[in-house]
Amino acid sequence: MIANDDVSFDIGRGEIHALLGENGAGKSTLVKMIYGLVAPDKGEMQLDGARYAPTKPSEARRAGIAMVFQHFSLFDALNVAENVALGMETPPPMSDLARQIREVSETYGLPLDPGRTVGTLSAGERQRVEIIRCLLQNPRLLIMDEPTSVLTPQEVEILFETLRKLKAEGTSILYISHKLEEIRTLCDNATILRLGKKVDTCIPSQSSARQMAEMMVGSSFATPEARGGTAGEVLLAVRDLHLPAPGAFGTPLRGISFEVRAGEVLGIGGVAGNGQDELLSALSGERAAPAGSIMLDGKDISRAGPVARRGMGVLSGPEERLGHAAAPDMSLIENGVLTAARSEGMLTRGFISWTKARTFAEEVIAHFDVRTPSPGTAARALSGGNLQKFVVGREILQSPQVLVLNQPTWGVDAAAAAFIRQSVLDLAAKGAAVVVISQDLDELMEVSDRFGALNEGRLSQTPPVASLNIEQIGLMMGGAHDMEVAHVDV
Amino acid sequence: MIRLEKRPQPSRLWTILAPILAVLLTMFVGGLLFAALGANPFEAIRTIFWDPIFNAQFASFTRPQLLVKAAPLILIAIGLSIGFRAGIWNIGAEGQYIMGAICGAAAGLALYPSESVLIFPAMVIAGAFGGWVWAMIPAILKTRVGTNEILVSLMLVYVAETILGSVATGLLRNPEGRGFPGSRNFKQWDAAHNAEIFAGTGMHWGVVFAFIAVIGAYVLLTRHILGYNIRLTGEAPRAARFSGVRPARIVLICLGLSGLLAGMAGLFEVTGPAGQISIDFNSGYGFTAIIVAFLGRLNPIGILLAGLLMALTYIGGELAQLMLGVPGASIQLFQGMLLFFLLGVDVFTNYRLRIGRREIA
Amino acid sequence: MDLSSINPILLVASIMVSATPILLAAIGEMVVEKSGVLNLGVEGMMITGAVVGFAVAVNSTSPAAGFLAAAVAGALLSLAFGVLTQFLLSNQVATGLGLTLVGLGMSSLIGKPYEGMKSPTLPKLDIPLLSDLPVVGRMLFSHDLMVYLSLVLVALVWAFLKYTRAGLILRAVGESHDSAHALGYKVVRIRLIAILFGGACAGLGGAYLSLVRVPQWTEGMTAGAGWIALAIVVFASWRAGRVAIGAYLFGGVTVLQLNLQAAGADVPVALLSASPYLVTIIVLVIISALGAHGAPASLGRPFHASS
Repeated sequence: MIANDDVSFDIGRGEIHALLGENGAGKSTLVKMIYGLVAPDKGEMQLDGARYAPTKPSEARRAGIAMVFQHFSLFDALNVAENVALGMETPPPMSDLARQIREVSETYGLPLDPGRTVGTLSAGERQRVEIIRCLLQNPRLLIMDEPTSVLTPQEVEILFETLRKLKAEGTSILYISHKLEEIRTLCDNATILRLGKKVDTCIPSQSSARQMAEMMVGSSFATPEARGGTAGEVLLAVRDLHLPAPGAFGTPLRGISFEVRAGEVLGIGGVAGNGQDELLSALSGERAAPAGSIMLDGKDISRAGPVARRGMGVLSGPEERLGHAAAPDMSLIENGVLTAARSEGMLTRGFISWTKARTFAEEVIAHFDVRTPSPGTAARALSGGNLQKFVVGREILQSPQVLVLNQPTWGVDAAAAAFIRQSVLDLAAKGAAVVVISQDLDELMEVSDRFGALNEGRLSQTPPVASLNIEQIGLMMGGAHDMEVAHVDV
Repeated sequence: MIRLEKRPQPSRLWTILAPILAVLLTMFVGGLLFAALGANPFEAIRTIFWDPIFNAQFASFTRPQLLVKAAPLILIAIGLSIGFRAGIWNIGAEGQYIMGAICGAAAGLALYPSESVLIFPAMVIAGAFGGWVWAMIPAILKTRVGTNEILVSLMLVYVAETILGSVATGLLRNPEGRGFPGSRNFKQWDAAHNAEIFAGTGMHWGVVFAFIAVIGAYVLLTRHILGYNIRLTGEAPRAARFSGVRPARIVLICLGLSGLLAGMAGLFEVTGPAGQISIDFNSGYGFTAIIVAFLGRLNPIGILLAGLLMALTYIGGELAQLMLGVPGASIQLFQGMLLFFLLGVDVFTNYRLRIGRREIA
Repeated sequence: MDLSSINPILLVASIMVSATPILLAAIGEMVVEKSGVLNLGVEGMMITGAVVGFAVAVNSTSPAAGFLAAAVAGALLSLAFGVLTQFLLSNQVATGLGLTLVGLGMSSLIGKPYEGMKSPTLPKLDIPLLSDLPVVGRMLFSHDLMVYLSLVLVALVWAFLKYTRAGLILRAVGESHDSAHALGYKVVRIRLIAILFGGACAGLGGAYLSLVRVPQWTEGMTAGAGWIALAIVVFASWRAGRVAIGAYLFGGVTVLQLNLQAAGADVPVALLSASPYLVTIIVLVIISALGAHGAPASLGRPFHASS
């Protein structure tokens, strides 16, 4: 159906075609061309045998192409119906649209209230808005960009049911992902991209995940080694932590309790937007917690700010690299000062020793293999993986007692991700207590000793990973104790 | 197709080149403007930028004026720039300047006619205090209830102006002034007079403090953790909170500091070049200082140079008015244009022009 | 103090007149901010509108031509802001301030020859029946055309934002320019149109000051009206109806303090003259304390499509 000069592939009617590749492999650009956001340099696309060259998304939509974005396509302050209308070429009047939304959402088992403000929806519900927006236009080709990164395993099942149903109705689907198991279950064919080039194709159901991974990465790399240390004393204890939502669309923390011992890694999973950021802010000291809710080694640190907590050896790494963990326009030297000024002795009576700051930045760069022209380079000039190595390295080099990381390998290439995970394991092996908050279940299974899941600001029990299976994990992520999981009748 | 591409990091070359190019563009367009107003553009530009310093006939009168005009601009702009660095927009420096002048003058006049050497220092402190208090109003409103500091600080300029009008004709009016509005003249009261330190140079205490402020701000921003925290707050507010910076503290410090410096500038002006509190004592330094701060790239050294340049346009503008009959208001427009061109040219500091198609990642 | 000298009919009538310039500027700025752009240059565009409108009205002896020219002048000035912030990605706060400074300088340059002149002003409309009603006739129904046009404009803006697709797109751009761009909407173009509309409205507001309210040209005659318009947008939580309420409230304060001054009230004159500004501050404080927000999420953030 669609061809491209550099990268050529075809999608048949009623086919689910996977586009597989690492971050930066060129998946997004390719998709943007199909959706008319970027014009190709050369080559051509054909739709149903006719030449297809959209210059803007509305043309693509008119041609029957619909897209579910990974980020950036919903408007928090607008309601569901308005969001849907914005993605349509010729939307009907609002009242008709609301009715259509209800109809489609019932047909495909995606419950959604057209009047709700989108900012108040969960990540899974937000995705439904996007999907329904696409379905209302009866697309011939539906593009899905990393659709499952925001879903629980049960929600993934519901999504797959919906997609199979669409496929049966003759809709073609271009499915972009880097999750191999998913692609093996769902897709008919796969095209594998690396560094903007097509490297291979395969039939996922007949290939192993390992084969596909090697095609995607281009070489094999060391997977982190498991270690068999024994856990020590409880270092960090959180008891019934409550914290109101920070803004209109934030999540409140509702009675979170857990303990982490020396030498142990606690993995905290959950779908995005269930309190991950808020939990990190509470642990890093950005937001003070009610007295008695956060204890370090038996001492109450709930009211201490970030500087005081760092002084006691509690360090953290937020999810957002640019703008939260690091200042984009500042150099790596200056970004080293951001958290390490005191612990690395860079300050005398408030005056910064830039010599010491440079030395520290150079150490982080050397130990964590950060690829940068110089320590004077601005943080935003680094690739995601390299900056993440710098940010994680900056904390680990300060030898923390407790380290809390949120999404440490989000948007990072496979080799850098493996390196970061290994560093986390090494740190724990030296006796630190580590909390890893992540939406990547595979990652959590790999590094954690115990696992818990966040749901609407509540944390599940945190049993040992070895005792869990995928169903149980899914139920934990869905908040199974007191929450009903969305059902689908297909 | 021409498009902009974000540079991986800001260009050092363009950081310096942008203000120079902006000045040249302003000269060019300003020349066109003067031509349209019926003046010889080359003569006008020469009168504004060259004559005040180098003209054999009157440079000896105008040269000292350079420091006199530049001092308040630099003093205020330094304070503003520190706040702007942190993303705190105090645009009511004019009001803080007026309140500094009123408070300082009132403190002095309360002690009239004492000739104690402590009078002037006490007035400086009172002036700084007046400006500080006026700036703390938006600061506290912002930190306590989250009110927008831009609008509050600006509204307070108008409030300060009505207070000025009221005290000039009431509370601080010269009792021996036969009912004319305006306070006693500080030039005739040695203990309170901010006189030239070296005769004929224009160098008064305000100039000294302006230089101190430049050096202090430079050290603060490049060497001290507080300056680092201020910059961090401006560049990445979330990262600043993560680092442990308390935003409210930065707001109080930045607004307080800029109010303090603006208040001092007002006091030095009222006791020196202006001489007395009068209804129209303020001359818009508080607003022009905003241009100076940006033109100087929010960098202390840059502000020093930009302040001198802006002072030059003031003096040169007056000369051009006198010699060529160019309307005085055209200088204000001229200064505004300078800021506009700078903001426009500035794009090249962070972006580069690319001609052609987008590459495929 | 002689409060009986204040005629309530005239009071309401003059509140409507004094609110109109602020209302025009504020409703324009609200649309600009709804699209995600913060233009702090309202004061500069208003005063430019005031002087251009005055000059054109004097020279053409047509107040209508004056208003038209003022709208064009305001829009042109806002175009400079639009080019700088939307194409050259300059800081919106700094550029808006610069616009005000340029506007003030330019207006006093243009206005010098017109100081002390009188201009033709808008006639009061005589609406059959309504104008003849007792009390309310003179209070509400014997104003000039612009008073009613400004109210119609508020209603149109309200309906545009609430019911039209273009209004929805405008709001969407202001909420998240990245999302809007991803869906294929022309963020920069939409914002430029909003900026031009805001500039034209501010120009009209300025012309109303110099052609009807005062009616004369004096340097710096807007005296902060543009800034008050900005404050009203915040006060109104970005809703058209509340913008009208806010403008009339401030018109009321302004007229009332003038009346009190004239009546020789026992309040210091300085306090009365400062009262519109003090009230603005107090209202801003109350609004922010209530936390009644609703600011467009992308307000003031620069947009660059390549990212």
